[in-house]
Amino acid sequence: MSVNQQAHTGPPYGQPQPGYQGYQQPAYGGQSLPGVPQAQYGAYNGPVPGYQQPVPPQGSLRAPPTSGAPPPASGASHPSGPLAYSQFEHGDVQNGIPASAAPVQRPPASQPFLPGSAPTPVSQISTFQQYGPPPASVQQLRNHMAGMTIGSTAASAPPPAGLGYGAPRPPAMPGPPLPGQTVAAPPSSQPNHVSSPPPPSTMAGLHPGPPMSGLHGPPPPTHPPQPGYPMQQNGSFGQMRGPQPNYGGAYPGAPNYGSPPGPPPPPKRLDPDSIPSPIQVIEDDRNNRGSEPFVTGVRGQVPPLVTTNFLVKDQGNASPRYIRCTSYNIPCTSDMAKQSQVPLAAVIKPLAALPPEETLPYLVDHGESGPVRCNRCKAYMCPFMQFIEGGRRFQCCFCSCVTEVPPHYFQHLDHTGKRVDFYDRPELSLGSYEFLATVDYCKNNKFPSPPAFIFMIDVSYNAVKSGLVRLICEELKSLLDYLPREGNMEESAIRVGFVTYNKVLHFYNVKSSLAQPQMMVVSDVADMFVPLLDGFLVNVNESRTVIASLLDQIPEMFADTRETETVFAPVIQAGLEALKAAECAGKLFIFHTSLPIAEAPGKLKNRDDRKLINTDKEKTLFQPQTSFYNNLAKDCVAQGCCVDLFLFPNQYLDVATLGVVPYQTGGSIYKYAYFQLETDQYRFLNDLRRDVQKEVGFDAVMRVRTSTGIRATDFFGAFYMSNTTDVEMAGLDCDKTITVEFKHDDKLSEDSGALLQCALLYTSCAGQRRLRIHNLSLNCCTQLADLYRNCETDTLINYLAKFAYRGVLSSPVKTVRDALINQCAQILACYRKNCASPSSAGQLILPECMKLLPVYLNCVLKSDVLQPGPEVTTDDRAYIRQLVTSMDVAETNVFFYPRLLPLTKADVDSDSLPAAIRNSEERLSKGDIYLLENGLNIFVWVGVSVQQGLIQNLFGVSSFSQISNALSTLPVLENPFSKKVRSIVDMLQGQRSRYMKLIVVKQEDKLEMLFKHFLVEDKSLTGGASYVDFLCHMHKEIRQLLS
Amino acid sequence: MATYLEFIQQNEERDGVRFSWNVWPSSRLEATRMVVPLACLLTPLKERLDLPPVQYEPVLCSRPTCKAVLNPLCQVDYRAKLWACNFCFQRNQFPPAYAGISEVNQPAELMPQFSTIEYIVQRGPQMPLIFLYVVDTCLEEEDLQALKESLQMSLSLLPPDALVGLITFGRMVQVHELSCEGISKSYVFRGTKDLTAKQIQDMLGLSRPAVPMQQGRSLQTPEQPVISSRFLQPVHKIDMNLTDLLGELQRDPWPVTQGKRPLRSTGVALSIAVGLLEGTFPNTGARIMLFTGGPPTQGPGMVVGDELKTPIRSWHDIEKDNARFMKKATKHYESLANRSAANGHCIDIYTCALDQTGLLEMKCCANLTGGHMVMGDSFNTSLFKQTFQRVFSKGYNGEFRMAFGANLDVKTSRELKIAGAIGPCISLNAKGPCVSENELGIGGTSQWKICSLDPSTTLAIYFEVVNQHNAPIPQGGRGAVQFVTQYQHSSTQRRIRVTTIARNWADAQTQLQHIEAAFDQEAAAVLMARLGVYRAESEEGPDVLRWLDRQLIRLCQKFGQYNKDDPNSFRLSESFSLYPQFIFHLRRSPFLQVFNNSPDESSYYRHHFARQDLTQSLIMIQPILYAYSFHGPPEPVLLDSSSILPDRILLMDTFFQIVIYLGETIAQWQKAGYQDMPEYENFKHLLQAPLDDAQEILQTRFPMPRYVHTEHGGSQARFLLSKVNPSQTHNNLYAWGQESGSPILTDDVSLQVFMDHLKKLAVSSAS
Repeated sequence: MSVNQQAHTGPPYGQPQPGYQGYQQPAYGGQSLPGVPQAQYGAYNGPVPGYQQPVPPQGSLRAPPTSGAPPPASGASHPSGPLAYSQFEHGDVQNGIPASAAPVQRPPASQPFLPGSAPTPVSQISTFQQYGPPPASVQQLRNHMAGMTIGSTAASAPPPAGLGYGAPRPPAMPGPPLPGQTVAAPPSSQPNHVSSPPPPSTMAGLHPGPPMSGLHGPPPPTHPPQPGYPMQQNGSFGQMRGPQPNYGGAYPGAPNYGSPPGPPPPPKRLDPDSIPSPIQVIEDDRNNRGSEPFVTGVRGQVPPLVTTNFLVKDQGNASPRYIRCTSYNIPCTSDMAKQSQVPLAAVIKPLAALPPEETLPYLVDHGESGPVRCNRCKAYMCPFMQFIEGGRRFQCCFCSCVTEVPPHYFQHLDHTGKRVDFYDRPELSLGSYEFLATVDYCKNNKFPSPPAFIFMIDVSYNAVKSGLVRLICEELKSLLDYLPREGNMEESAIRVGFVTYNKVLHFYNVKSSLAQPQMMVVSDVADMFVPLLDGFLVNVNESRTVIASLLDQIPEMFADTRETETVFAPVIQAGLEALKAAECAGKLFIFHTSLPIAEAPGKLKNRDDRKLINTDKEKTLFQPQTSFYNNLAKDCVAQGCCVDLFLFPNQYLDVATLGVVPYQTGGSIYKYAYFQLETDQYRFLNDLRRDVQKEVGFDAVMRVRTSTGIRATDFFGAFYMSNTTDVEMAGLDCDKTITVEFKHDDKLSEDSGALLQCALLYTSCAGQRRLRIHNLSLNCCTQLADLYRNCETDTLINYLAKFAYRGVLSSPVKTVRDALINQCAQILACYRKNCASPSSAGQLILPECMKLLPVYLNCVLKSDVLQPGPEVTTDDRAYIRQLVTSMDVAETNVFFYPRLLPLTKADVDSDSLPAAIRNSEERLSKGDIYLLENGLNIFVWVGVSVQQGLIQNLFGVSSFSQISNALSTLPVLENPFSKKVRSIVDMLQGQRSRYMKLIVVKQEDKLEMLFKHFLVEDKSLTGGASYVDFLCHMHKEIRQLLS
Repeated sequence: MATYLEFIQQNEERDGVRFSWNVWPSSRLEATRMVVPLACLLTPLKERLDLPPVQYEPVLCSRPTCKAVLNPLCQVDYRAKLWACNFCFQRNQFPPAYAGISEVNQPAELMPQFSTIEYIVQRGPQMPLIFLYVVDTCLEEEDLQALKESLQMSLSLLPPDALVGLITFGRMVQVHELSCEGISKSYVFRGTKDLTAKQIQDMLGLSRPAVPMQQGRSLQTPEQPVISSRFLQPVHKIDMNLTDLLGELQRDPWPVTQGKRPLRSTGVALSIAVGLLEGTFPNTGARIMLFTGGPPTQGPGMVVGDELKTPIRSWHDIEKDNARFMKKATKHYESLANRSAANGHCIDIYTCALDQTGLLEMKCCANLTGGHMVMGDSFNTSLFKQTFQRVFSKGYNGEFRMAFGANLDVKTSRELKIAGAIGPCISLNAKGPCVSENELGIGGTSQWKICSLDPSTTLAIYFEVVNQHNAPIPQGGRGAVQFVTQYQHSSTQRRIRVTTIARNWADAQTQLQHIEAAFDQEAAAVLMARLGVYRAESEEGPDVLRWLDRQLIRLCQKFGQYNKDDPNSFRLSESFSLYPQFIFHLRRSPFLQVFNNSPDESSYYRHHFARQDLTQSLIMIQPILYAYSFHGPPEPVLLDSSSILPDRILLMDTFFQIVIYLGETIAQWQKAGYQDMPEYENFKHLLQAPLDDAQEILQTRFPMPRYVHTEHGGSQARFLLSKVNPSQTHNNLYAWGQESGSPILTDDVSLQVFMDHLKKLAVSSAS
């Protein structure tokens, strides 16, 4: 619905080009940003007064630094902001329409660049364009390349650009911005336009500003209350006026980049505050939808965002905790789908953990005959099945086949055609439930034995020396009492076994009847086998003393080891063989430290080569070195042997290859580079505990059935597929997510909608064979607008990221990036063309549901996998690539757009989190302390001028300079601030499936570089575009598509 | 004649040598006409109470191809301090240490009574003896328990500084590390995969390369034991440890489903044992002792599949070429045996099971390395327990009756060549001028290696006379043979025993009676039997019998006195008179007859036959039968059915079995309880007498014989009935029902029939 347009256009200066002005970078400047911005977005719903409030604080913060002016302005602006949104609401349909807005943009812009010219007006201008570059720039943009080169600014010298992104542009950035110069000053080498802030030019752009303002009419300086706004808003973001004020002040004075200080030309950058803010969107959704439970009875209902806390009431559709879709309204025809380019995908987390307030799926036992299924497509009984002929038959909602109701299942229908027992049967009234499987659903037609956990510990020199072995053994002693158990069982049915290894493997007999454990060495690693059966896998309680004795002795036995070489594949084979011998499924916990170079199957060589980055061969870095592990994974899956891998590398160990088996068996990889006992043990132990204790199913097969017209065509995640429909996972835990893409193979009808049924057959941790069924009904549409109105950007990003991350296996990274940009441009262009009311081409109009698509997409493009910085190792990239592939929507959301919380703003007395702020350096004040988390790391950023009292309270040291970089936890101090911060950290840790590494970053310290990498709205050091730049680029792409 | 018998006996006692001919035919042609080859039975380490070893090195002939040892037969020039080699006639200086010799001051080796002499030499470091137990764990609980006890007991019998090691196997093979504290540690190998010695050593961490890395250490202790010590430890250090380990030994934990045999990886276990020793202690005396309770059922060396419904191969299967695994398994064990022998390690096989255990395939392990082979029904029997204990028995001087790594070198004078040897040895492939091209037994060499031997180990050595016909009787009229045995004594000393013998040459055409009179029919029978058994290993049974018959007939033709075509005129002189009877019993013996014996049993019998001394061998060929009755003192009686009388108690010793048989009447008396009545005390004594005598035999025999106590009509009486000459059978009715013995239900020919045929054929002019 919402349209956001860029207002830019018009650089008044003469140049008539509409366009992009914006890009210029307002953002870079950073300084100005601070205060105001966010507020505006607030809720699109309505002008919420509330928003403004937030502002103030910010304003104040920022204020100090650069722009003096701002504060007031901001205040003013806010109001307008809200208004704007509200309009959207109304006009959903017409996104973008706002006539007024449109015009605005137009302003021909470019010329203005000329140096000096613009100053004053600027500020105003800036406002408009949030997105885009100020008019001036616009021209340039166009000229340049359409692309992004924003940086290059005015220079009209257009680099030929077709390139958009990736193209190595001449440095856009060049500091000295002479408009005209364009490229000239290309200081930085960054290839992507993105990277370099086009300072000067930008400035030029500024001028344009005025024009923009013109649109609104707002007078230069303070636009705040512009009448115009309201109108614009309709879709266009462009105008956030809030910002303007700031800018005004800011620009002039503060050369944002710093670099081009001198150059007066006030940049005509797009005001970052005026472009769609993730923070605002999240906040709005939280406020609007967090209070009411989400009731799933209605077809095609878009659930609240993942960032919102809400309760779910299952009334026939699966909870969004289990399934989320990119769109809840599917185009009826494939043509429409193609036209829109919006991927149809569902992100499924079949065993998702639920909050305590929600009930777990009911377990339905249909006795020996097993669950009732459609005769033809084998879909399971679900709320959408139609009972006919008085209840004697039912018609399948997926394939329309009519099936007899088995006698024992017969029930009369009431006058509405519903079965009388509708509410008594979970499979008739709920979206998610479980069936008890019969023996037909079991491997070899035998009910499974309870699964086993095997702990396999690397005892080579590094592992022993770092204290890791001792640590693991100590931990296991207590951890073994917390193995997952089913329901109310007294003790876990899971049996455990132990193996240590370096170049050879050591198995342990821990049979309860033994006085001492026995060690059995297998050195025939070329042909692995399990040396013992009885006594290897044991019940923890029965063998408690022997196990304890073993765990005591392992560190001693290897204390003097000099063996540095390790094997890897044989370790997995050993576990696999052990499970085979015991005829059960299970999980291997492998603790491994180094590249397996010892002579054995699956031996690897160091093939790390950074020179391959940005070449066609880059993909080989993500591919396994040998197909050996793929075959091994296949065997593991067949046996239900899931592998969880804990890595402790001090150097390259080829995660891409070692990860193959964990990945394909549905396991997890944890990586602790340069593991040090003091700093990393807590994190590792937490991960280990959680990993061991979490709910898990084994030997799982998942199939997604759909109603006629669409079908599941592609799957992403950690699993193995031996055919095109069944997703097989040796193990599946509550954090693992599978993304499924659907394609049309026929038409859908608006009446019947589209149905999904995800059936997961698995063995529970007590060895019970079960089927978990999730059903979801979606709407179908013949109007594209309906599609755009029911999309979920977070899910879309989840899909796109997984798609792209898989793409790097087969295509050069640049191709993948270009494809991503292109697809998004098409999505947005399609919207613009078909759904938005006509407006000037220069206006960027975004659908309300997708207004964050550009910023998120930019984050994906800038991620380590797609655009690695020099400090990102090959292993990191492979690790992240695999990690992201099984993330759910909430995880990808925070991973790509980290959460940044101003700790100093936290209310010590309440248990709420402080309001998040946008990920940009401009938003940071050096007098504050911030926390940033992305699901893997937590950074605590301390400004240089934070009050000593706060430092004392939080770190227990008296001054900024005494804060240690090496802190991995915050000291426990008895004061409200410390408590509050620690509780925040704990809360965040609790929300994530992995324990995040805590890193304390001091402003202007060398670690800050690392931190800045996560300020994803800023231009990144590795050449990633800033949000503003990217938005401009996107706009240009869209315009190209439209023209 | 008496003189010859004395001569033979004296020679045997002094030198441990018995020749088939004690006067030698002087030409090749004549020698071949003698039918029985010129050969001898040599007991290299015959126990000599009166032979204190000398503490110096032997003096050798300086000719490189000769190197014979100075001996009493050498001519010595005391003045010039020279001696002439009696084999190659090389003249040699005495070494400086002999400066003082003279006619009255002779070194021992020149004195005639020291035709056999033993030297103790200092060579190389003394290595402790090594005992590596290889234990099958796929046993019944009872058996395993008994075996564990035997093994634990054996630890106390070992020399304290001996190294011991333990390998256990079932479905997997475990090499136990004995040095570790706390957790017991073992290296495990899959039972189905054959590994090379190098792989085994790598996997056990015994490879050398690791050492140089730690320079400090390699400098101070260059010896290898450091590496291997993890698996082989001095018994005094770890006997507690090992006792516990053995105590905790469990049955193989892998489940055995109904209708299956347990999976037993004997082949791999042995391979690992051989590889382990090969890598760590080559050329050092070592015993690998394999204890197994069933056939190998998987991996290299498997003898039978694990399906119980498929029985293990029988002779019938082998003849039908139906023994699937036999050839492959045999090859596997042969290669192990050869490797082991090359390194001087011996392999003992102790198998106890009711069914066969694959001795047929594994026999070469014991045969080629001089190891023991013991077969019993259960480890929980005194037969096994005592036999095993006897392995560690000590001689009169408190030394273990075992020696290792012997190297037997045979030297002959020019008129003789060496055709081969039969016994628990392998060829060292030492070619030389005295090696014949014609092979008998293991030929083509003048040196053999005997990895393990005891004082009774006896080899048969065959010679060929090469002197040409018409050539004069060689100079001096005597031919000489020297046996030089270097070995590792159980005290770990290196010793050399040298035996030099000489015999007269005689021209067979003119002096046949001398040669005839000097025939040693006992030795000849054993020597021929060894040849026959040796052939039987590779040839079809009937062929061997035919060959044996032909040899006998030819011998009779040559030495019998008869008129052509008149069987009744046939006579043999006293020195040949027993020979046909020996051959008769040999033909019936389990060494050549496989009927009623499993392949394992045949292998077992043949194994022992090929290493026992003359006396024991003769017992094996023709069991001894003693009769006890009220009619007189115990007496040896004919091994004949006519000896089985109701009022006699018989004691039969077949070497493998001791059978006490109560005649019908005696048995009835015993049942009536007369022995318990004071007035019949003499009956009690009569019953006791054979028991005491049997006990005496049991005391010394290795392996322990099966002890059978039976009576007339008892099922076990078959042991006796199958051995005696069936002079009375159901066929010759005239004896039926008479008092003169007990008929045997058999179609076998009796000695009488055999002799009749022999005479007929011998006198026949047709043949």
